[in-house]
Amino acid sequence: MLGQNENGVKKRMESRVMLNKVMMVLFFLATTVGLIFLGLLFYRVLTQGIGYLSWDYIRSFPAPYPDKAGIWAGLIGSIMLMAIVAVFSVIIGVSTAIYLEKYASKNKFTDFIRINIQNLAGVPSIVFGLLGLTFFVYMFQFGYTLMAGGLTMALLVLPVIVVAAQEALRSVPSEIEQASYGMGASKWQTIARVTLPAAIPGILTGTIIALSRAIGETAPLIIVGAATAIYTLPDSVLAKYTVMPIQIYNWTGRPQEEWQYVAGAGIIVLLAILLLMNSIAVLIRNKFSRRL
Amino acid sequence: MDNSLRSEGNQLNVQQMIEERKQKKSIGERIEKIVPWFLLLCASVSVLTTVGILFTLLRESIGFFSNVSIFEFYTGTSWSPWSGHYGVAPLIGGTLLITVIATIVAVPLGLMSAIFLSEYASDKVRRTIKPVLEVLAGIPTVVYGYFALTFITPMFQAIIPDLGIFNALSAGFVVGIMIIPMVASLSEDAMNSVPNALREGALGLGATKLEVVFKVVLPAAFSGIVASVVLAISRAIGETMIVTIAAGATPNLTMDATQSVQTMTAFIVQAATGDTTFGSTIYYSLYAVGMTLFVFTLVMNLIAQYISRKFKEDY
Repeated sequence: MLGQNENGVKKRMESRVMLNKVMMVLFFLATTVGLIFLGLLFYRVLTQGIGYLSWDYIRSFPAPYPDKAGIWAGLIGSIMLMAIVAVFSVIIGVSTAIYLEKYASKNKFTDFIRINIQNLAGVPSIVFGLLGLTFFVYMFQFGYTLMAGGLTMALLVLPVIVVAAQEALRSVPSEIEQASYGMGASKWQTIARVTLPAAIPGILTGTIIALSRAIGETAPLIIVGAATAIYTLPDSVLAKYTVMPIQIYNWTGRPQEEWQYVAGAGIIVLLAILLLMNSIAVLIRNKFSRRL
Repeated sequence: MDNSLRSEGNQLNVQQMIEERKQKKSIGERIEKIVPWFLLLCASVSVLTTVGILFTLLRESIGFFSNVSIFEFYTGTSWSPWSGHYGVAPLIGGTLLITVIATIVAVPLGLMSAIFLSEYASDKVRRTIKPVLEVLAGIPTVVYGYFALTFITPMFQAIIPDLGIFNALSAGFVVGIMIIPMVASLSEDAMNSVPNALREGALGLGATKLEVVFKVVLPAAFSGIVASVVLAISRAIGETMIVTIAAGATPNLTMDATQSVQTMTAFIVQAATGDTTFGSTIYYSLYAVGMTLFVFTLVMNLIAQYISRKFKEDY
């Protein structure tokens, strides 16, 4: 009787342990699905694009023939756009973070700003495009220019920078701020000369991550009118422009197969720049994470 | 004489110094007063952005609804703005079809990844796999669109021969792949915050790891998991480039995933790239569709925030 019971328990135990093992393998396989598609994507882009990638490709303007077309206008346009985005989003974003962390009193308005930033992060990027179209393109009359695109993108990435800067400011130990106050420094002197310098690595990392999101964005720039056929580089912030993702989108949409290789080559350039930006961000984080 | 002159000189110096110091202090004080106002001004930019979004969407939508009745817009089932049919249902249908496919792909895969990473993987494995998985979230959507059109669609065509070049299936599938890291990462965070004591209690009573997952960890992390899923769905609704490139531009009220559909976002891109004149009804329709899209994602985001606030478990 006792032996039978023991056997039953053992059997039941075995099946439970077995199920655990089977499910563990299943969970692992599910995890690899994402990784496999990531690998497939990189493999596909590399094999499709590498043949068209050359120095000539990088230095050429868009052209009606696949073997003459290049990414130069998009590359320079993207870099110039990022410069505008960086200037506006960093000044406004870091100031917002300082206000929220150091000056804001705990009231309804502060809560409102916080919740508002959280909600802005969830607004689809294309809606920011519509905002830019109404305000920057038509109301401020920038037209379809770098300035309109840059300001639209700056608003789009603002929440990312604010959140990153808030975290960076919060991670500065209050002891060094107290020491600064103790030496007779005022509030702003302490923030400008003690807190901000200590928070710069975190802010920089957040900024690079925000910019790497902006450099890959396509939809809002289509709405605020980044052109596809640009044969001169923009010479001012009020010039027409194009960016890499728009070029890639345009080439992907063409029916002839050669254009897909041209698009593939563009994607390689775009991903290489993204990789570079993210490596810099990781480097900064690792270099400064030991201190403080 | 000599002495008094020197003292006078000294006095002068001290007075000057005091005066200079006073002036400096007043500049410093002024900065001290101005800075908070400047910072507040910057902080209000984010509020102004929200106000601006609401303002443009509402104002231009009202312009649209003075030409097309709001009733026709929300109940009509035919969307062909170039011939004057403004029933938004096909665009909403297209958006929902893509979102449903993406959810079917992303939620099981994302949750299973989260369970593996949080409960089964060693620390070292988790620290390697999680960042790699998050790379998926950082890839530009135009690249996903390219991937869907030139790789996933031909792959599916090998299985379903009469699948068109543009179809909801590939687009939805790739949107799903894109939001996997969102589900996985946020759910994993939620599972990680379940205290180990609960797990150990269950393990001590003889539960297997799987039983701990389903009877302890998942219920305890439920609110975080649901919030992550809702946020991912909201992201799928607003996704633009993948569906524009891979799903085509046929407003089509269908639940057949092999068909080409047009989403709300894809219409906005199509109308913005075409020669839409400023002030025309089509121009205004951009905003009416944009507002509908905005309301969809806003509701999802508010639900996610409500869930994570209301059902937050504090340990």
